[in-house]
Amino acid sequence: MLFLLIGFWKLQIIQSDHYGQLAERNRIRSIPIIAPRGQIKDRDGRVLVDNYPSFSVLLLREDPKLLAEGLPLVAEGLGIPLQEIQQQLEASNHIPKFQPIPIKLEASQADIAFIESHRADLPLLELLMVHRRRYPRDGFLAHAIGYVGEISEKQIEASGGKLRPGDFVGKSGLERQYNETLMGTDGMRRVVVNSVGKEVERLEHVEAQAGEKIQLTIDYDLQVVAEAAMAGQKGAVVALDPRSGEVLAMVSRPAPDPNSFAVRIPVEEWKQLNEDPDRPLLNRAIQAQLAPGSVFKIIMSTAMLESKAIPENFTAFCPGYGTFYGRMFKCHVFGKGGHGQVDLHNAVVRSCDVFFYNVGMRLGIDRISYYAYQLGLGRRTGIDLPGEMEGLVPSEEWKQRVFKQPWYAGETISVAVGQGATVTTPLQLARTIGGIALGGVFKQPHLLLDAKSVKEETFPINEHTTEVVTQAMFGVVNEGGGTAEASRLEGIEFCGKTGSAQLISAEGLKKAGQQKRFADNAWFVGYAPRRNPEIVVAVLVEHGLHGSSAAAPVARDIIKRYYEKKSARDKKQYTVDYKRYEVSDSPEHNQIAQGPKPAEVMPKTSLPAPQQKGKSGLR
Amino acid sequence: MKEGTRLRDFDWVMLLIVLAICSLGIVEIYSATQAAPPSSNLVGLHWKQFWWVVIGVACMLVLSRIDYHTVLDHAPLLYLAGLAGLMLVLIIGESKFGSKSWIKVSGHTLQVSELVKLIIIVVLARFYSEVRTDRLNLLDLGKAGVLTGVPVVMILLQPDFGTAAMFLPIAAMGAFLSGIQWKHAVAFALIAALLMPVGWYFLKPYQKDRINTFLRPGDNPKGAGYQTQQAKIAVGSGGIWGKGIGKGTQNQGGFIPVRWSDFILAALAEETGFIGVLVTLLLYMFLLLRLVQNAQRAKDRSGMYLVMGVAAVLGVHVFVNVGMMIGYVPVTGIPLPLMSYGGSSTLSVFMALGLVMNVRMRRFVN
Repeated sequence: MLFLLIGFWKLQIIQSDHYGQLAERNRIRSIPIIAPRGQIKDRDGRVLVDNYPSFSVLLLREDPKLLAEGLPLVAEGLGIPLQEIQQQLEASNHIPKFQPIPIKLEASQADIAFIESHRADLPLLELLMVHRRRYPRDGFLAHAIGYVGEISEKQIEASGGKLRPGDFVGKSGLERQYNETLMGTDGMRRVVVNSVGKEVERLEHVEAQAGEKIQLTIDYDLQVVAEAAMAGQKGAVVALDPRSGEVLAMVSRPAPDPNSFAVRIPVEEWKQLNEDPDRPLLNRAIQAQLAPGSVFKIIMSTAMLESKAIPENFTAFCPGYGTFYGRMFKCHVFGKGGHGQVDLHNAVVRSCDVFFYNVGMRLGIDRISYYAYQLGLGRRTGIDLPGEMEGLVPSEEWKQRVFKQPWYAGETISVAVGQGATVTTPLQLARTIGGIALGGVFKQPHLLLDAKSVKEETFPINEHTTEVVTQAMFGVVNEGGGTAEASRLEGIEFCGKTGSAQLISAEGLKKAGQQKRFADNAWFVGYAPRRNPEIVVAVLVEHGLHGSSAAAPVARDIIKRYYEKKSARDKKQYTVDYKRYEVSDSPEHNQIAQGPKPAEVMPKTSLPAPQQKGKSGLR
Repeated sequence: MKEGTRLRDFDWVMLLIVLAICSLGIVEIYSATQAAPPSSNLVGLHWKQFWWVVIGVACMLVLSRIDYHTVLDHAPLLYLAGLAGLMLVLIIGESKFGSKSWIKVSGHTLQVSELVKLIIIVVLARFYSEVRTDRLNLLDLGKAGVLTGVPVVMILLQPDFGTAAMFLPIAAMGAFLSGIQWKHAVAFALIAALLMPVGWYFLKPYQKDRINTFLRPGDNPKGAGYQTQQAKIAVGSGGIWGKGIGKGTQNQGGFIPVRWSDFILAALAEETGFIGVLVTLLLYMFLLLRLVQNAQRAKDRSGMYLVMGVAAVLGVHVFVNVGMMIGYVPVTGIPLPLMSYGGSSTLSVFMALGLVMNVRMRRFVN
């Protein structure tokens, strides 16, 4: 008898606290109240990303006997293979048993009915009200927005207990960048339950705090135009206000539909997205690192005038090619005659390669590299998006460091026309060209409208230099013989520079039988007005061949829309229709949705990843 | 009225202790089942138990009127009736909690093995008193073994390991009182130890589970050990003073397994704390001491054997059941006598106490 009393003494007096806690944990269940994520709006307050209510099915795992007996019925009722549930259970073994795990994220009406009707005899399932993201359709602004996904094990650990399995967090893009702001704080409902999980008393109710909305610099009207122009293409568009750094539009194509994996993407589908040779998950606007081609001539022009290494009135004769260091370098007009005697202005307007070969030879790689870097290439712009790439500006030092080889003078000739090792992102080019036209002021590009601090870099450019270079870019679009003459806009000082970047040499392309995957990338960076521009647009169309025909019209359409909207606003004829506006039902948006889908235009099968060979740019 | 059976000779103290224990039981049964939904068959269980106690007391009074020598005279008949009852259970029995131990008698289910336990007490009391020696020989022990063994095997077939095991202390108690030789006792202990692994193969999987859980509680804390764990949580969280009657979360939430019956002490421990447990165990101790006292005062050997048999059964029941609450004893279907809900168990305990009364009331009669 004493022996038994000692046993009770041990439990009831010595370990009383421990068992008291266990008893509390038995009876009290904490049910989270999921906070809705903040909306994402455009600069005019139109909702781009919203939420819709949904239910997650949670599995309670505390009573192993109930679990073993009830699991087959659960599997059948929810239509999930029993094996899959068991795998999920196994994977969650390290999570405390009193925490339920999500086994189905998007409960259907039938699932809800099943759970409600089996509450009494199957006390294993719990419904959790959640808010799911509703993204614009067909990949509209998809890369910039990003997407949310189920939290990973690592993120749970890193959160220090704040986040639980089944929580959704931003995985990429703005969703990830501003996750803290958007996410809000989950509330909590603490209830008393009995041994079969039935709620018998309510203890505490802490409301969820909704996440804050964020307003973007994106202009929905311009984004619509940009998306429409890029439908079915492979490439990217970035539109900036260079005066503030605000990103007005950002497109990357092909784009995934984030709605299709906003819940829980099947492994197969995810694998397919990742292995797609078109790389739809790549945000080409900030992650495509490609040779800028002739757009680089604007950097060359600025370097030539600013360094004063070459007199301003320097001219070169273009017979369609030039010979440097014993090797022939072709101009893009090779075979159709030459540009003749050209000066700087004409060389830019007509994009004469021979002129810039000469400039490059005289400047030398280190001077080119210095100016390119100062003007914003070869480093990140600092945009508020994760995963931005830095591009590359080659130099003697770089080559020695990376390849342990000396720099060959012949390489400088290629670099001078934006080929060779030089690679840039569309965003970098937009910021650089915009900054040059502003006289050397470079704003940090950003997508958050009320950004706290926008970094500004200055690299003062002589007034004269700015004047000459911008006049040349005006000529590209507005002079007879200009490479983008066809994209002229009446009444708007639309300026810019075309570019066509080779992926392999012209001979190589011939050998490869003019396959599209080796076709030149088309570039155009345009802006308006000529001095102190309000908008700069960089367009990349991969394998688009010519900047003038493939890329310039895209920039033209966006800039045209920008001025239309501006003048309508000035005349008070533009109003944002908030009421009628809804992401998926917008008539404009539907227009895009009806446009050809990327997959239809570019069959995936014929497009393996571009090879990196010789003068190729993609990396 | 005969001289030896006056009301004055009735053991009022014992009855008082017994009724105190029963009251605790009824209160706790009420507390354990009050939260049950109206449709549940647990509703009003405390009233049912109350009536079982009333009937029990009546049975006790009736049984105390019949001279226990008369009962002992009919031992062979009772024995045969008991075996017949067990046979009947094996043929037409009803299953509850995995064992086929019950038969239906006019709407109530009757656990025959509980009554057989009582019969064995009587049979062994007569057997040992007739041996009339201070040194039991092997043949006598063998006979006692067979007498006990036949019903034990039949109960094992139900299968109800726990109840079957409760028969052994009766035989052992008698053997010790009649002077078992030490060498025999040691030999039996050794044989039992050697037979254990053999017996293992005859156990049902759930029985093996329980024993495994008991021996290595860490292995499967959420599986077979779940019941023990929940009982321990209830007991431990009760603390010194308990959470109050009707306020035990483990009890009210239904986390304690069969909280109105086998695990009633866990519910009581949760709601009344260590103090409640102390009071309960003291009551049982007083009861057992009272039984021993009555045995000492018995007129003859057969009376002493009867009372000590009852004491042995009660003592072991209490020990095993209480040990179960705190994980000292593997989970078996052993109720806590007089407290756990259950008609058969309550009635058989009262009838056993009736025998004890009987012996006490006739202590001066010669």
